[in-house]
Amino acid sequence: MSSGALWTVVLVGSAGCYLLKLAGLSVPAAWVERPWVTRLVTFVPAALLAALVAVQALSSGQDLVVDGRLAGLAVAAAALALRAPFIVVLVLAGATGALVHVLVG
Amino acid sequence: MPGPARTAVLRDAIGLGVAVGLYGVAFGAAADAAGLDPWQALAMSLLMFTGASQFALVGVLGAGGGGAAAIGSALLLGTRNTVYGVRLAPLLAPRGLLRRLGMAHWVIDETTALAVAAPDRGLARLGFLAGGATIFAVWNATTLVGALGAGALGETAQAALDAVVPAAFLALLWPRLRAGADEPAVARRVALGGAVVALALTPFVPPGVQVVAAVVAVVLAGRPREAT
Repeated sequence: MSSGALWTVVLVGSAGCYLLKLAGLSVPAAWVERPWVTRLVTFVPAALLAALVAVQALSSGQDLVVDGRLAGLAVAAAALALRAPFIVVLVLAGATGALVHVLVG
Repeated sequence: MPGPARTAVLRDAIGLGVAVGLYGVAFGAAADAAGLDPWQALAMSLLMFTGASQFALVGVLGAGGGGAAAIGSALLLGTRNTVYGVRLAPLLAPRGLLRRLGMAHWVIDETTALAVAAPDRGLARLGFLAGGATIFAVWNATTLVGALGAGALGETAQAALDAVVPAAFLALLWPRLRAGADEPAVARRVALGGAVVALALTPFVPPGVQVVAAVVAVVLAGRPREAT
């Protein structure tokens, strides 16, 4: 993607996210505080973030590949389960990915 | 307003600001890995200023996705800020259009948590503004550090960074699945569904589209529970 196209994505995405924030402070609460709207908004992040975890760890373009990223993810999950701080989780995942890269090439 | 409560609110606001700084470095590095230059990474932290959406946008681009899928996933994650705004409006009661426009920019997970947890309206405003200011400053500074630092990495360090990005998404997801979250069993079901949909579609759709499509897994949440 060209630098100009990237700028467009960055600026359009930013404008959209700002308008979503502004809408919350501006629209009547009754529009948003319906049970099914709050339910969607509560659980949409879980679906999207999990999809991003899976895609970032296992895909390369349209191919599914297993490499050091999956090992790093497993170590990160173990660290999160042990309530490790964020920075420790990332460092362990990164070290695992680097180790697999060095070992497997 | 009472002194100790004020101090507690400010301490929480500053503590959160420092904590998000670590995510800022990770975001800057992820943006670099996705092909954004440091100024584009910084522009996102200045203008978009909502972490999960920023990570999603660069995550989709990094996976080879197109602009529409990248923007779509950022906007879908940004919808929760709309709900936060509805909750915050009576607490912040912004007077005048300019104040409302300014405050809207800082409506995010952390500032909402600070404002809602404060014991009264004055402290809610203080928590929101102090948290917003600290987080905004630290988030932008650390984004730049991450973006500039990642550019200088060698091949093994790039492999490390590749493994850090999915781990960062998992760390964003984790608090939603843990006991104590809103209906964690439902969130786990939806998350698993989202991951399965995304992986199943990966070979068949342009990169990034599977992330937006994974939103259909939200049907696994089922109907809202009746109010009791």
